[in-house]
Amino acid sequence: MPDLSEPVLEELRHLFTARALSGETMVLNMGPQHPSTHGVLRLIVELDGETVIRAIPDIGFLHTGIEKNMESKTYIKALVMTDRLDYLNNIGNNLVYCLAIEKLMETKVPERANVLRVLMAELQRIASHLVWLGTHSIDLAAMSMLLYCFRERDYIMDIFEMVSGQRMMTTYIRPGGVWRDVPAGFTEVVENFINYLPAKLDDYERLLTNNPIFKQRTQGVGYISAEDAVKWNLAGPSLRGSGVNFDVRKAMPYSGYEQYEFDVPLETGGDVYARYRCRMREFRESLKICRQALDKLKTTKGPFITNDRKVAPPPRSELGTSMEALIHHFKLWTEGFTPPKGEVYAATESPRGELGVYLVSDGTPKPARVHFRQPSFANLQPLNYMSENHLVADLVAIIGSVDIVLGDIDR
Amino acid sequence: MLNPEHVKKTVAALKEKFPETVQEVSEFRGETTVNVAKAAIAEVCRFLRDDAALDYNVLTDLAAVDYSPEEPRFGVSYILFSMSKMARLRLKVLVPEEDPEVPTVTNVYINADWYEREAWDMMGIKFAGHPDLRRLLMPADWEGHPHRKDYPLGYEEVQFSFNWREIDAKKPYAKE
Repeated sequence: MPDLSEPVLEELRHLFTARALSGETMVLNMGPQHPSTHGVLRLIVELDGETVIRAIPDIGFLHTGIEKNMESKTYIKALVMTDRLDYLNNIGNNLVYCLAIEKLMETKVPERANVLRVLMAELQRIASHLVWLGTHSIDLAAMSMLLYCFRERDYIMDIFEMVSGQRMMTTYIRPGGVWRDVPAGFTEVVENFINYLPAKLDDYERLLTNNPIFKQRTQGVGYISAEDAVKWNLAGPSLRGSGVNFDVRKAMPYSGYEQYEFDVPLETGGDVYARYRCRMREFRESLKICRQALDKLKTTKGPFITNDRKVAPPPRSELGTSMEALIHHFKLWTEGFTPPKGEVYAATESPRGELGVYLVSDGTPKPARVHFRQPSFANLQPLNYMSENHLVADLVAIIGSVDIVLGDIDR
Repeated sequence: MLNPEHVKKTVAALKEKFPETVQEVSEFRGETTVNVAKAAIAEVCRFLRDDAALDYNVLTDLAAVDYSPEEPRFGVSYILFSMSKMARLRLKVLVPEEDPEVPTVTNVYINADWYEREAWDMMGIKFAGHPDLRRLLMPADWEGHPHRKDYPLGYEEVQFSFNWREIDAKKPYAKE
């Protein structure tokens, strides 16, 4: 055990200015249990009065060793752990991991599965943005927003429960397709939601967008230029809020995103307000995609998972009559499938930005290495840079605006 | 859409500029991996970033891999991306177990900072010249590098009344 009476600051000495060592400025601890740090983020802040001089993030409080654990499981069983990474983007995590496996195995995904994947991923994006909107606004003292946003999010959770039986940890997307086809009555429920949300979004924009207090708290705060945003490799709305037009869905379309018509919202402000505007417009773009996907779903018939029995299990009905189906089923759930030796990188656009997975296969049924490139990790890195010479209250606004999820950062 | 032509151009340019350091070029599932000599990785990255015709302005990801029992044991993969040319390239350095030290790329790609700290923390690969190579995810006083293949997954032994004391004595929490 380390001697806790020793000042731990000694090894962090190089992170602070000389003024901190002479006692002129103050070094304080913020978090990890602070509600405004969106989880368990610990910040070590050097303050001159109320002005932030340094804000050093200390992460790892939510580290659960998911990447290491995945190496000890077969590809299909490891899929369940991806849900737990970014707990606001479960579908997206499933999707990127399955895309990597499919790239490795060269599996073709049926058209209907692709439509379902896009639809679910966009609903997940709306749900994630709703949580962001609620928590970000409550950080900036707009108290009622949290309740409104969680009320709306619950509709999406209900939809997920309807299709997968789970509200959060859905594991709905599987290698080669999706777990099941949608149940009866699904289209009506989603249609209702798509028609219901726009009016609510108008309400929220009325509450916040032109609100002088909200503008004062956000405009000019946490500015990052386009050049620096690229240099720090910010992702998603944080990048596009600085005017860099990059969206993985447009740049490297996956799951048939090239067939959908949508815009990538772009703002040039580069501050907290610009990121807010960007995400608010993304809500409507996602709704647009959902509507198109729903129309597509009505016309696209066919299987919802690949017929390749080496990747996906056979349907339940075949097990009673077909010996081969039984063998495939048994082999898949005991040994799993064996991709060829090689390394792939697959990328998707999660609600927070580019979510990638770097998958190394050594030719055994278990992945040799899974590394997730998480957008939250990339977005949190420049926090010190972005929050310099801001007030402590602004620091809270900046953390909210880059929309971090600690489960995503710590894995 | 990704541009595979640009990747081919890059590989040709790399081979011309660094004939010794570029060791092996492999292609798998449409992705190109270039194996680079360990000592020259920062130099190669700087060339790829600064050459206006190549313009790899982003380091998307950096990951350390434990290839054991293969030799050399470790590998570090750098996934580079060019936003203007829409090209993705993977650089890889192989790192032997006896000398797990790689030059840092933080002075080329500023965001490599945390990725390299994570690789040090989890895989025990030192990045020479890194300004602040502390542990990132594990506690500062942690021993070992948990993502290595020889590091056990770990679990808590179940205590029953008959072996309570025996297991309790081995538990790592603070005692009187």
